[in-house]
Amino acid sequence: MSAVIPPMAMAAASRTHPWKHLRAEIVLTLAGLLAFVLFPQDLGLLTNMATVSIFALSLSLVLGQAGIATLGQAALYGTGAYVAGWTALYLTADPVVGLLLGGLGGGLIALLSGAVMLRSTNLTLVMLTIAVAQLLLELANWARWLTGGDDGLAGFEVAPLFGIWEFNFMGHTGYFYALGALVLVYFLVRNLVESPFGLTARAIRQDPGRVQALGGRVYLHLLAVYTIGGVVAGLAGALTAQTSKVANLFMLDFTTSAGVVVMIVLGGTRRLSGAVLGTVAYMTIHHIASTLNPYHWLFVIGSMLIFVLIVLPEGLVGLLDRAAAYARRLGGKEGTR
Amino acid sequence: MTPRLQTRNLCHSFGGLAVTQNVTLSLPQGARTALIGPNGAGKTTLVNLLSGAIRPKSGDIQLDGRSIVQLPQYARVRSGIVRTFQISRLFKDLTVADNVKVAVLQRLRASMQWWPSPARSARVHDEVHETLGMLGLNPFADRVVGRLALGEQRLAEIALALAMKPEVLLLDEPGAGVPQGEGGRIMSAIESLPKDLSVLLIEHDMDLVFRFASHIIVLVAGAVMVEGSPQEVAANEQVKQIYFGRDGHHAQHPH
Repeated sequence: MSAVIPPMAMAAASRTHPWKHLRAEIVLTLAGLLAFVLFPQDLGLLTNMATVSIFALSLSLVLGQAGIATLGQAALYGTGAYVAGWTALYLTADPVVGLLLGGLGGGLIALLSGAVMLRSTNLTLVMLTIAVAQLLLELANWARWLTGGDDGLAGFEVAPLFGIWEFNFMGHTGYFYALGALVLVYFLVRNLVESPFGLTARAIRQDPGRVQALGGRVYLHLLAVYTIGGVVAGLAGALTAQTSKVANLFMLDFTTSAGVVVMIVLGGTRRLSGAVLGTVAYMTIHHIASTLNPYHWLFVIGSMLIFVLIVLPEGLVGLLDRAAAYARRLGGKEGTR
Repeated sequence: MTPRLQTRNLCHSFGGLAVTQNVTLSLPQGARTALIGPNGAGKTTLVNLLSGAIRPKSGDIQLDGRSIVQLPQYARVRSGIVRTFQISRLFKDLTVADNVKVAVLQRLRASMQWWPSPARSARVHDEVHETLGMLGLNPFADRVVGRLALGEQRLAEIALALAMKPEVLLLDEPGAGVPQGEGGRIMSAIESLPKDLSVLLIEHDMDLVFRFASHIIVLVAGAVMVEGSPQEVAANEQVKQIYFGRDGHHAQHPH
């Protein structure tokens, strides 16, 4: 999967070889198709991996790129899920409309809460993000008539995708819908990260005061990043709700926020590919370890997290980088850095 | 002619400590003014006040005769007052070119643009390399800043400010931390700054100050003690006493 960092080299390459520019998206699509062929009996899990990967991408943008310390990303994800559910129940069964409204919902919550929170930094900011997510969780719990409370929002129908493909019990439509959305979101977020907007976000992460001294409006920039992150998280929540046909309180829960942080730390926070890699690794371990021992699977995740933090500070993508560098050396090509 | 940048009776205090006391100074166009004074004299505070990082308790700051004391930092930068930092504040994980690009994007108001545009990138690319060329940093363009030698980091710090195409440049100890022998490159970089740019240089290195400045302001305990030409300041008895030591030798790093 491609690095996000060297934009000039990639821009130069894109003119002559457009597929090189789209390398990450092509790899992602092929991997998704391969998984479909290899694990047809696990389509539900694969679909979840795709939707949660989008959720992780939203955090990778917000935390990994812009350095906004948040433990409340589930607020935006859960909002997207409920909005998609409400759209299906009260407005239209069209999945694309529900998806877009879910994204808008997540973005709106991010904009409103971010406007209040983003003047704070560090621990204060972390606490505020947790507080906002808890507030939404309590609100959803209280408004049973709207959210179904503990039982969640269920029983909504999703119409065939583009009026053609039905969301049936086989899950094929759901999977390709989620995979297609993932590839598209990855493409959009990657371009955002490589743009002037993304470069400025990375600069703000490293020294907000310096950006201010260059005439930058740090608060507005962070608010824009957080809002876009909210849209992406909302899309992820909506997709999850539509493909699993349920939106529940767990999607707003603190453990959901914390889980997605673990995923991007596992995969690598500085790269978008790390978000997808971390999600797939986390959910695979969860799947396997919880089958072996449903109570202690967190032990495996915890050990792995400690290992990654100590041995691979760049995350699992760092492992791929090293493997690639090693392969280059073996191939005899001179790779200087 | 109205000076480029002017302050009137600027005062600031941290708690009960008066760090800036009735500072009135002016920088004409093309000024080569040095601000010297012992540690703790309030030199960096003055830079913070001028650049808008902090608001003064009282007094006025004018740019081209227009009061800017109420303007926030970003607006002052946009009106042409740009500073550097005593301790390099660079984006350590980014390349030198990307560091400068962050500045260029701010100046072109393009930092919010979220989609690649070949026309804009070409312009930004040219400006980045033009700025790097002014400081001889082109060979380092693709190096990650955090891995550069200190001298090059100091040059990159100046590059960020120059990329803003300032009218008034506040250089806060550009030579700080540079090993002896590497200071020459900083000096020649500063000497080759555009002639019409107004520069206020804060520096401890007296050789650098006397080579560079046509006007020197001595700040002691937050107040202007003496100002004048280098000869006048060097001849001043008070300055000799407080700043240069009793014998009147140029001290490299008076503390």
